[in-house]
Amino acid sequence: MSVPAGAIALPAARAPARREWVVFLRRLARRRTALFGLVVVGLVVVGALGAPWLTTWDPVEQDITNRLRPPGSSGPAGRVHVLGTDHLGRDILARIVFGARPALMVGFAAVAISGLLGMGVGLLSGYFGGRTDDVCMRLADIQLAFPFILLAIAVIGVLGPSLPVIIVVIGVSSWVVYARVVRGSVLSLREREFVQAALALGSRDGRVVLHHILPNALTPWLVVATLDMARVIVIESALSFLGLGVQPPTPTWGGMLADGRVYISTAWWLATFPGLAILFTVLGINLFGDGLRDTLDPRLKV
Amino acid sequence: MRVYLTRRLLQSLLVLLGVSFVVFFILHLTGDPALVLLPPDAAAEDVQRFREAMGFNDPFLVQYGRFLTGALRGDFGQSVRHGEPAFHLVIERMPATFELAGAALLIALVLSVPAGIISAVRRNTSLDYVSTVVALLGQSMPTFWLGIMLILVFSVQWNLLPSSGRGGLEHLLLPAITLGLFTTARITRLTRSGMLEVLNQDYIRTARAKGVSDPPVIWKHALKNAAIPIVTIVGIELGTLLGGSVITETIFAWPGVGRLSVQAIYNRDYPVVQAAVFLLSSTFVLVNLVVDVLYTYLDPRIRLR
Repeated sequence: MSVPAGAIALPAARAPARREWVVFLRRLARRRTALFGLVVVGLVVVGALGAPWLTTWDPVEQDITNRLRPPGSSGPAGRVHVLGTDHLGRDILARIVFGARPALMVGFAAVAISGLLGMGVGLLSGYFGGRTDDVCMRLADIQLAFPFILLAIAVIGVLGPSLPVIIVVIGVSSWVVYARVVRGSVLSLREREFVQAALALGSRDGRVVLHHILPNALTPWLVVATLDMARVIVIESALSFLGLGVQPPTPTWGGMLADGRVYISTAWWLATFPGLAILFTVLGINLFGDGLRDTLDPRLKV
Repeated sequence: MRVYLTRRLLQSLLVLLGVSFVVFFILHLTGDPALVLLPPDAAAEDVQRFREAMGFNDPFLVQYGRFLTGALRGDFGQSVRHGEPAFHLVIERMPATFELAGAALLIALVLSVPAGIISAVRRNTSLDYVSTVVALLGQSMPTFWLGIMLILVFSVQWNLLPSSGRGGLEHLLLPAITLGLFTTARITRLTRSGMLEVLNQDYIRTARAKGVSDPPVIWKHALKNAAIPIVTIVGIELGTLLGGSVITETIFAWPGVGRLSVQAIYNRDYPVVQAAVFLLSSTFVLVNLVVDVLYTYLDPRIRLR
């Protein structure tokens, strides 16, 4: 590739990157619902990271004499169980705060796996088209044909529930949305002048995809990843609810719900609060994701 | 048009072939299906004999071929737990699952399409805000929690509706609402954004300029065009409903395929799991094929291809 031509093409695309970021953040900050979502997500992340310092109760310590205490009851030494205790006398607030850990861990890791996988498939499919595209899109159809939860519990049931298995199963089976969105952007980007110019200058496929197409396809990908995170967290809690998530004694929101379901007629707080924790987290992510989409790419259909 | 339909039919068959391979592969994920299907204390020579009898020593592709020809005849093997053909167990419970998914879809459509239209037409009014917030909450609420809360309020506190089992309409109501809420929320948002987009088009402005009054513009000109993405999502949402039935059926003890498969997974009854996954996936593929055919009536552009 001739040096002068490349030197003309690239700086124009890169120089304003920093300013664009600032403009983007300003635009995002003007959407109050998105900002609210971001604050909620921030709170959950802080809760998960700082769990041991945020509560004085041990989330797995049992105290049978103080079981099923309603919210606001005081335990030994005058300490208060703000959200009550469960059927084994464990503090519910502490378990909710610690329960954010598996939820976020599965959320981030599974989204990373499916996001990268989907991006790879989408780039290949959109850039090369033809036979490659056909194969990728049929694979996507096959993946979509499965009732997701059923496939996940079947595989986890066979392999046994553990954190890595859950992450990989959710990650590997969620790539289709990413692939479709990235493919869509690639199809239109491929026809744009700057890509055609790079190709005409003799850039190799790998270089065109990585330097010219990928950076421009990242925006819709990011929106999908954010909204998908909400879905993954619901799935993680559904799996723990069915007993196929991260195993006890690690507290999980879904597991707490499953325990609380048994006591639904006598102790409503057992099942109510972990559910609110899931709702709050997922709502925050959805609000942030919606705001991100409206700011970055309002026409994106996700 | 005929070319398009033939191509879609072939694609669906290809997808089903892929589905059958994954379903077959699930059992082989463990490494040795014989160890999974036999009790843990089985003697070594029994395991060997079982492996020989079930054909687990044959090459992988031979086993897959055998599984596929069996599956095509509705033979997924005997249920380890019930001693009945797995296919029968699943088919028996299909009507219950369809009833639940159908009721959920009906509730979703009845609520979401009008809500989405009103939201779009009366944009930025309090009606729009209420419907948007409800849709957002609905999309963020985990199904299983909603189900438990509905039981808490309607069965435990007020004693109005039964919390489990299948029977009359009163049994159907709570599980159908639980299963349908997410779909309701999704279709509401989609209808709203679809209508907003269509209402800004030139042909709507032309119709209005001609003096066509509000209702016909909305119902005849706008909704017809906004209906295309709604029909697509209905097909896709059916997958969500069939998959979601796994959890809803577990909560409400609804005797459908979802509950059967969860129990089968706990019991390591893999023939039943395979039959359930395969049949639910096939239903989904079939429904989406039908949706695509319907599509050609809604969108004449496809008919011309």
